[in-house]
Amino acid sequence: MANFFQTLGTKNSKLNTDQLIMKKTVISFFFFFVFAGAAFIGWRWLRHQPATAGKTSGPLRKILNMNGAIFDGLLSDKHLAKSYSKSKAADPARVNGNLGLKTAFDPTTWALNIIKAKGDTLKVKLEDIQKLPKTEIVFNFKCIEGWSQITYWGGVKFSDFIKAYGLSEESGMKYLGLATPDKQYYVGIDMPSALHPQTLLCYELNGKPLPMDQGYPLRLIIPVKYGVKSLKRIGYMYFDNKRPPDYWADVKGYDYFGGL
Amino acid sequence: MLNNNLTGDYHLDYINLHRPKTGMKEIIKKHPLAIRWFHWINFPILAIMIWSGLLIYWANDVYKIGFGSTTLLKFFPNSFYQALNVPFRLSEGMAYHFVFMWLFFLNGIAYVLYTAISGEWRLLMPNRKSFKEAWQVLLHDLHIRKTAPPIVGKYNAAQRIAYTAIIFMGIGSILTGLAIYKPIQLSWLCTILGGYKFARILHFALTIGYVLFFLIHVFQVIMAGWNNFRAMITGFEVKKTIEIPEEKEEQPAKDPAK
Repeated sequence: MANFFQTLGTKNSKLNTDQLIMKKTVISFFFFFVFAGAAFIGWRWLRHQPATAGKTSGPLRKILNMNGAIFDGLLSDKHLAKSYSKSKAADPARVNGNLGLKTAFDPTTWALNIIKAKGDTLKVKLEDIQKLPKTEIVFNFKCIEGWSQITYWGGVKFSDFIKAYGLSEESGMKYLGLATPDKQYYVGIDMPSALHPQTLLCYELNGKPLPMDQGYPLRLIIPVKYGVKSLKRIGYMYFDNKRPPDYWADVKGYDYFGGL
Repeated sequence: MLNNNLTGDYHLDYINLHRPKTGMKEIIKKHPLAIRWFHWINFPILAIMIWSGLLIYWANDVYKIGFGSTTLLKFFPNSFYQALNVPFRLSEGMAYHFVFMWLFFLNGIAYVLYTAISGEWRLLMPNRKSFKEAWQVLLHDLHIRKTAPPIVGKYNAAQRIAYTAIIFMGIGSILTGLAIYKPIQLSWLCTILGGYKFARILHFALTIGYVLFFLIHVFQVIMAGWNNFRAMITGFEVKKTIEIPEEKEEQPAKDPAK
């Protein structure tokens, strides 16, 4: 190595080939290991960032939010989930989780609680929701786990519901929040996605009332998001300009937007 | 030693003229600095993408190779998941995948632009002869054929095909990835790539392709040896020239009378 340090102080033109090879090789490998070490330290730093939401740390969450802002810019009411014929729909549809459905529940007393902008609560019964114009959709339901299934749903468009109940002040806010009656499962949805023409307050599956395990009496079906956002058995609906809490984002570390 | 067949002053002069000025070794520039950066940035990023992709795939690990009801290979056996601590890390996998995808994308774009603008692509793209020659390279590497076709430029025909294919694989990963990331907003892309389920299969198959590429690549680098490997870090290869003895005075003793 003594030789190497001598070559460092000598002009390349005055070195012989062997010395030049050694000088260039050692310098290159030095920088290679410096950068590799820096990359490793950077990775360790990233891995040891405290989780700010669920399992996902601050720097990662920042980029995920940026992704949401970039890719939600693609969201358009003209971009629709592809429709299929009813004959292609799975029957029975896959049941994937019973979060928020485990608490004892009395269907006869159920009503949708809408917490309005001024703080008062509007209660809406299932019969009243069923009086609104019905929309049906057969689409490829996509789970965040990676599977998908063509399913057939019926209900009222969220945007129609908003109009019918005069909730324009509320829908002018940035986010919609939903929770199950037992408040064990809750989601937040950006308003443009909630108002997308394929978003339903859904009370039918395969032309029949929702089964209990599919969220009877009323669930959300939002094709422009992963299934985790399609909350079963809506108990509460509210509106906010700040992000409402979201079980899968806040507790489990998933991306907040979950847009498709 | 100098070839004995070469006799006469003309030949000696010719050899001396072409003798490397610095001695028996020659430094030959091989990989530009930019290419070395792209290569070594890509390596850990692709590793992170494959790892985080595996965490995601686990949540719906339905792919297998087989026929009828016979499964030859399941992706992946439980022991494999356990060994790599994969289970129940979907959200973590998604977070890393959708952060590092930017670096994978930007580094790939930079590499493609660099090779296009600098003209390096000429050394990488296969030509008409490459497919025939690649076969000969393969036979040679498997010790079935004695001679390998001559290398024109930096890479042999098999390398040209591999290093060009890997770029198209990268483009394929980005497109199939986008198709399954935003299948509704980019539904046209999802449809072109065979739909949501098929695009996911393609995305997975490309990843298996990277792993196979990596294994062959590392094996070949080991076989090629230190000089070749060093070039990806230093940029140069050392070419050993034939040993030529220094020209010695072999004239008869001079006439002392002169």
